[in-house]
Amino acid sequence: MSLQVDIKKKLKGFTLDVTFEADGDCMGILGASGCGKSMTLKCIAGIEKPDSGRIVLNGKILFDSEKHINLSTQKRKVGYLFQNYALFPNMTVRENISVGLAASKENSNSRLEELAALFQLEGLENRYPWQLSGGQQQRVALARSLAYEPEVLMLDEPFSALDEYLKENLQIQVKEILNRYKGDILMVTHSREEVYRFCPKIAVVHNGHVVARGDTREIFQNPCHVTAAKLSGCKNISRIKRTGENRVYALDWNTELVTAESVGDEVRYIGIRAHDLQPVYDGTYQENLISCLHPELPEGLFEQVVLFRTAEQSDSLLWWKVGKEQWREAFVQKLPEQFYLPPEALMLLTEE
Amino acid sequence: MNWAPVIISAKTACLSILITFFIGILLAHWVVRMRSEKARMLIDGILTLPMVLPPTVMGFFLLFIFGVKRPVGKFILEFFGWKIVFTWWATVIAAVVISLPLMYRSARGAFEQVDQNLIYAGRTLGKSEWWIFWRVIMPAALPGVASGGILAFARGLGEFGATAMLAGNIAGQTQTLPLAIYSEVAAGDMEGAYGYVYILVAISFLVIFLMNYFTLKGTARGKGRKK
Repeated sequence: MSLQVDIKKKLKGFTLDVTFEADGDCMGILGASGCGKSMTLKCIAGIEKPDSGRIVLNGKILFDSEKHINLSTQKRKVGYLFQNYALFPNMTVRENISVGLAASKENSNSRLEELAALFQLEGLENRYPWQLSGGQQQRVALARSLAYEPEVLMLDEPFSALDEYLKENLQIQVKEILNRYKGDILMVTHSREEVYRFCPKIAVVHNGHVVARGDTREIFQNPCHVTAAKLSGCKNISRIKRTGENRVYALDWNTELVTAESVGDEVRYIGIRAHDLQPVYDGTYQENLISCLHPELPEGLFEQVVLFRTAEQSDSLLWWKVGKEQWREAFVQKLPEQFYLPPEALMLLTEE
Repeated sequence: MNWAPVIISAKTACLSILITFFIGILLAHWVVRMRSEKARMLIDGILTLPMVLPPTVMGFFLLFIFGVKRPVGKFILEFFGWKIVFTWWATVIAAVVISLPLMYRSARGAFEQVDQNLIYAGRTLGKSEWWIFWRVIMPAALPGVASGGILAFARGLGEFGATAMLAGNIAGQTQTLPLAIYSEVAAGDMEGAYGYVYILVAISFLVIFLMNYFTLKGTARGKGRKK
């Protein structure tokens, strides 16, 4: 199972230029809205035509601008789960799924029952899409795609149309279903939780370019690229000036910092996660200290957030997040005046 | 009452709506799928023109095309031996040309409303464009297409200006209902026109009823009726 993509396409405002490979796993494409994620899927499906490049799926060339190959969508054998599921409104659940089944009549009936059981759609076969809940619609659309036995399954923001309180349960159900599917899966999303849950590998896309790709956990731990850091949920990011082998000056925080890793020439930003700040009251640390001025305390569901500035004139707000329990026990009476930024928690980030 | 105009009009309206309906749908489908924005604007303009131009001017153009001394008319006459102008066929041509923009525009609007993802979904499931058109696009666009068809039928039935120019007003041959009403009134026989007027008014009410019915059906599906 393999998919190689290397395409260029000029779009409004930027050029999509992505290169990546998937091999048998679920691969996440993470990016902000309008960065070219969905367009990439559409190019693979043959709905849109790239200006140049090459798409190869399991050894079959789907698109090759040099060889003038551009297979029609119908011949590509790709599964596509649309953001709005795109169920045919004039057809029942049974008819919708049957569209994906090409086999003969008697064969297809048993296959249909199998799929209905697998996707927990028993009893709903004769309903129309508008009679189904969002989660049921999603399962019908998945069943229809998988009935077609595609060589790659592409999911376009699969959970964005669902209510928040349903999402987590449905994600677990869908994950079970996807585990049985043997081909490649590509999942486009802007949610870091979804990629973390579904995708062992990711590609982070920014302005039409893949800025980071590889193992999801590694990229989340050490994003390297400023966009990857933001998308992985890093709240505190500052521009820097390199001042030494292991020293930088954080321009937005007005402070000099010592880093664990040596600072390369290409490093432009430094970041630290909101959980990694350590409140200090005494003189334990001499370096990597920032002061906590004008704290604001917006309350989260399970965490307390503290937003603060490091200097009177500073525009940038820093985030500190702490569990509510801990907050009540240690900090609610006495807010920290300073934070320590552990050198090993500082992430060195590049721009291009 | 002389029934000849009723029969002529019925025949003309039925045949012309058949032609208009299918040509209108095909043209709309073609224009919606056009890739070039400029070409689409141009074709769209040409197809809409008969709706904006006064029917007499349209009839004037049609005479230019189908007149026996004009290239097209001459060709048809010499090759097939058919004379178009001032025959019953001219009433059909006039009705088709005048009612086509209504059909085309309604169908185009309905096609444009169809969720593109449905079409893409059909393609990714390996279905032919033909299948997608008849099983996905048409069912989704049907309320709009149907009301366009009814509107075009009514317009064809009431066609006067272009018909008078191209087909003339020959009793028993090209005299449709609107022309018959005009002739009766022109001859000073108001009462002779009554029957024809009643028929057209009745059909108009039926058309309005059917239009509302289809529009309602269209929105009901869009909103997703509850069980």
